[in-house]
Amino acid sequence: MTAIRIAGKAPVGLTAPRSQVIAFLVMVAAFLIAPLFIYPIFLAKMLCFALFACAFNLLIGYAGLLSFGHAAFFGMAAYAVGHSAKVWGWPPELAILFGVAVAAVLGLGFGILAIRRQGIYFAMVTLALAQMVYFFCLQAPFTHGEDGIQAIPRGHLFGFFNLRDTETLYFVVLAIFLIGFLIIYRAIHSPFGQVLRAIRENEPRTISLGYKPDHYKLMAFVLSAALSGLAGGTKAIVFEIATLTDVHWGTSGEVVLMTLLGGLGTVFGPVVGAFVVIGLQNYLAQIGAWVQVVQGLIFVVCVLTFRRGIVGELGRILKLKL
Amino acid sequence: MKKTLLAAAALCAIAAGSAHAEMSGGTVKIGVLNDMSGLYADLAGQGSVIAAQMALEEFGGNVNGTKVEIVSADHQNKPDIGSNVARQWYDVDGVDVIVDVPTSSVALAINDVTREKNKVFLVSGAAASDLTGPKCSPNTVHWTYDTWALANGTGKAVVQTGGDSWFFLTADYAFGHALERDTSAVVEANGGKVLGSVKHPLQNADFSSFLLQAQSSGAKVIGLANAGGDTTNSIKQAAEFGIVQGGQSLAGLLVFLTDVHALGLETAHGLILTEAFYWDANDETRKFAAEFAKRNRGIHPTMIHAGVYSSVLHYLKALKELGADADGAKVVAKMKEMPTDDRLFGKGQVRVDGRHIHPMYLFEVKKPEESKGPWDYYKLRATIPAEEAFRPLDQGGCPLAKS
Amino acid sequence: MFELIGIPPQAFFGQLLIGLINGAFYAMLSLGLAVIFGLLNIINFAHGALYMMGAFVAWFLLQYFGLGYWPALILSPIIVGAFGAVIERTLLRRLYHLDHLYGLLLTFGLALMIQGVFRYYFGSSGQPYTIPPLLQGGVHLGFMVLPIYRGWVVAVSLLVCLATWFIIERTRLGATLRAATENRALTQAFGINVPRMITLTYAFGVGLAAFSGVLAAPIFQVSPLMGADLIIIIFAVVVIGGMGSIMGSILTGFALGVVEGLTKVFYPEASNTVIFVVMAIVLLIKPAGLFGRAHA
Repeated sequence: MTAIRIAGKAPVGLTAPRSQVIAFLVMVAAFLIAPLFIYPIFLAKMLCFALFACAFNLLIGYAGLLSFGHAAFFGMAAYAVGHSAKVWGWPPELAILFGVAVAAVLGLGFGILAIRRQGIYFAMVTLALAQMVYFFCLQAPFTHGEDGIQAIPRGHLFGFFNLRDTETLYFVVLAIFLIGFLIIYRAIHSPFGQVLRAIRENEPRTISLGYKPDHYKLMAFVLSAALSGLAGGTKAIVFEIATLTDVHWGTSGEVVLMTLLGGLGTVFGPVVGAFVVIGLQNYLAQIGAWVQVVQGLIFVVCVLTFRRGIVGELGRILKLKL
Repeated sequence: MKKTLLAAAALCAIAAGSAHAEMSGGTVKIGVLNDMSGLYADLAGQGSVIAAQMALEEFGGNVNGTKVEIVSADHQNKPDIGSNVARQWYDVDGVDVIVDVPTSSVALAINDVTREKNKVFLVSGAAASDLTGPKCSPNTVHWTYDTWALANGTGKAVVQTGGDSWFFLTADYAFGHALERDTSAVVEANGGKVLGSVKHPLQNADFSSFLLQAQSSGAKVIGLANAGGDTTNSIKQAAEFGIVQGGQSLAGLLVFLTDVHALGLETAHGLILTEAFYWDANDETRKFAAEFAKRNRGIHPTMIHAGVYSSVLHYLKALKELGADADGAKVVAKMKEMPTDDRLFGKGQVRVDGRHIHPMYLFEVKKPEESKGPWDYYKLRATIPAEEAFRPLDQGGCPLAKS
Repeated sequence: MFELIGIPPQAFFGQLLIGLINGAFYAMLSLGLAVIFGLLNIINFAHGALYMMGAFVAWFLLQYFGLGYWPALILSPIIVGAFGAVIERTLLRRLYHLDHLYGLLLTFGLALMIQGVFRYYFGSSGQPYTIPPLLQGGVHLGFMVLPIYRGWVVAVSLLVCLATWFIIERTRLGATLRAATENRALTQAFGINVPRMITLTYAFGVGLAAFSGVLAAPIFQVSPLMGADLIIIIFAVVVIGGMGSIMGSILTGFALGVVEGLTKVFYPEASNTVIFVVMAIVLLIKPAGLFGRAHA
C-alpha cells in the first residue's frame, strides 16, 4: 500500500515557517472585514465547513488515513447540540461542548475499530460505521427523522453575547473556527504531528523506533472527530437546524472533495477548498442539477491535473509552504 | 447600487401616487422554492416557476406600478438547504414571499424562518397538515392540499365502496407516518379496520418484499402512504406480483398527474386518488393547461402548479388592496379577509388558521382504451364539497383558531 | 402449520425467493466491480451510474429507434461498454501508478457528472419501461405468485455470473488475464497487449453493469437516481466477498440479497443498513473479506 501523495512531503519543523504565519494573518484579516461585503450567515457556514475540512485533513493529510465516515461526527454533534439547546435548554457554549464530547466518544469507538485496517479497508470500515450512525439517526425519536431538529435556539453565549444578532454570531463562529484551526496547527507542528507523519511514511520503521502507531493514529482520529463535532455543532447553532443531511454519506464525500481540491496535507488548503465548494453550491444553486455536474467535474479535473490541490500547487509555484 | 434602488423606489412611488409608496426595496419579489432536480422536480420544479409567471402576467406584471420579480431556487428536499436559502432571500435579496415548497420537512423549516422574519409563506407543494395545526403561523397560507384532505378523500371513498380492511405501505419518515395516521383515523371512523402496516425506507427501489407482506395480511386495500418514486415503484411492482388480480386493491394516498404519466395507464388504471385540481375540468382550466404545457416541455399542470398560480394571484390582489408588502403578517391577514376567486380554483376563502378552503375531487385513473391521448388520465368519481374537504377548524389545534 | 419465528412458511419462502432476485442484481454488479478491481486496481464508483445508463440506453433504443427489450439486452451493454472503454483510455489510464484512492475519487466525480446530466435532461420521476410480452404474467408457486420476469432475471444472471467465472478461472483467456493481474510487466514481455486487455476488461465490467441496468428497467422506473444509493451497497458486497474475488462476489451478492430479504420481514426499517453491519463485522474478523486472499 503506497501512501497517498501529499503536497507537504518535505520535513516540517516544529516552528511555523514564516510564510504560514503571514498567510495566517492575511486570512484572519480577510475574515475580519469580509462581513462588510458578504452575507455573514453565509460566511459562518463557510467557516464551519472550513473547520470540518481542516479536521478531516488532520487525518488524511498527516496520518494518511482516508475516512469515508466523517459525516457521522459532524452530524451527531449537530444533533447533540440541537437537542441539548432546544429540549434541555442548555446555553450555546455548554451545548457545543456537549456536541464535541459526543463526537469525541463516537470517534473513539470508530477509531478503535477502524485503525486496525488501512487504505481502502479503513475507508470502508468508516463508511460502514457511519451508515449505521445514519440509520440510528433515521430511527431515533429525538432526531425527528426527516424533519430534523428545527428551531434550535441560538441563545446567549456565556449569558452575554446575543447570538440572534447576525454580526455577533459571525464573530463568535470566527473565534470558534480560529480556536479549532490553531489546535490543528499546534498538533501538526508538535512532536505528535511528527510521529504521525513518520507513521504515514514508514510504519514498520516507526515501530522499530519504539513508537506505538496505533496509539498515535487513535489519538489523531479522536482529535479529528472532536473537531469535526465542533464544526457540526457550531453549524447547528448558526442555522438553528440539525438534519439527516449532516450525517449522510454525501457529506462525507463533500469533505473529501473540499480537502482534495484545497490540497491534502496543506495547512490552508482545506479552508480554501471549503470556501470554493460552498461558494459554488451557493452560486450554482439556481441551476439545479448542474451543481452536481460541476462538482463531479472538479473531482475529475483535480485528480487528473492538480493532485496537490489549489494551495498545494500554489505553494509549489511560489516555492512556499502553505 | 443602493442609491439607484432608492431612486427607482422613489420614482415608482411618484408614479404610483403617494398612497402606494410602501413596497419595500422598490420591488415585490416572489421566491419560488422547490425541488428542481430530484424526486419532485416534475410535479413542482420549474413548472411552479412558470405557474407563478403566468399568474403575474395575468395580473399585469406589477402591483400599483411597482415591479414584481420572480426568483427561484432548488431546496433539494433538504430542510437545512431550504431554510438557508430562505434566510438569505429574506435577509439579503429582499424576497417578500416564498411559494410552493414541496416536502413537508422543508416547509416546516421555512414556516419558522418566515415567521421569525415576518414575511409571507404560500405553501402549495407540502402536505403536512401541521402547517395549519399546531405549527400554524400568522405568516403562512397553506393552499392546495394536506394529509388530512387526502386521507379524508381517498380513505372515506374507499371504505364506503367496500374496502373496509387496510394494510399500509408507509414511507419511513414524518410525512409517511402522518399520512398513515390520518388515513387510519378516517378508515376507523367509517367502520373499517387497519390490519397492519410496514415501514419502508425512503426512496426504496424494491418493494416486492413489502408487497408480499401486504398480500399475506389478507387486507382488502393496500394503502400507499408514500410519495413520488416510492409510490410509482410500489404500484408498478404490485402489478407485477398480481396483487390486483389477486383481489386486493391499491389506494395511492398521494399520487400526482405526473406520477400517473410516468406509470402509464396500463399499470395505473383503476387507481383511486384525491386531488385539488385536474386540468381537464372546464374550458378555463383547459386553456390554462394548454398554455402551461407549451411552456413546460409538454408537462401538464399538476395540482401543485395550479396552487402556485392561484396563491400568487391572490397574494398580488391582497398586496394591491393593502399597498404595502413589508409586514408579512398584515399581508396574510388581508389575504384571509378577502375572498379568493380565480379561474382554476373558483371561489374560496383562506381560513383564520391559514388553510385555503376549496372543494377536493376524487378521481379514478382511466383504462388505456378510455383515454383519448397523453395526459387524458382521470375520470371524476366524486366532488368533496369545500366545507367537508378539510379538517374542521377546531380539530387542528392551531393557536390562531382559539381566539 | 408450523411457524418460523412468527412468520408463516409461505411468507418465509416468498421472502427467500425475493431475496435471491435482489441478490441477482447485487451479484452481477459486484462481479463487474470485482473484475475491474482485479485487473485495474480501480474501485469503480461510477458503477451505479453506468448501471443507470444501461437502463437509459434501453429506453432510448425503444423511444427513438423502436428497438425493444431483446435487442437492447445486447446493444445497451455494447454501447455503454464502449463508453467505458473511452473513459478508461482517456481518464483512468493516467491513474494506474497512483494510489487506489485516486481512482475512487475520479470515478466518484464521474458518477456525479453522469447522474447530474441525466437528471438535468430527464427529471427524476423516471420513465416507464414495460416487461417484454414473452415474459409477462406470473406463475403460482403455492406460496406466492412468481412473476415470470423475475424468474428470468435470476436465471439469466446466474448464467452470466457462472460464464464469467468460467472464462476467468478456467480458460486460456482468463489465465492471461490473471497473469496480467499478478505481474503486468512479465505478461507484457510474453507479447500480450496488456493495455488493450485492460481497456477490454473495463469495458466488460461496465457492460455487465449496463446489462443489469437493462434487466432492471422493467422492474424499476428508469430514473437517473436508480444507481445512486445502490453503489454503496454494491461496494459493501464486494468488500464482504473479498476485493477481486470473482466467486466471492457472486456468492456474497446472492447471499446478501437473501439476508436483506429476511431483514425486511423481521425489521424492515433496517433493511438498508443490515449489509453495512455485516460488512463491519466481516472486516473486523476477516479483513480480506470472506473469499479474499489476504495480501491487501
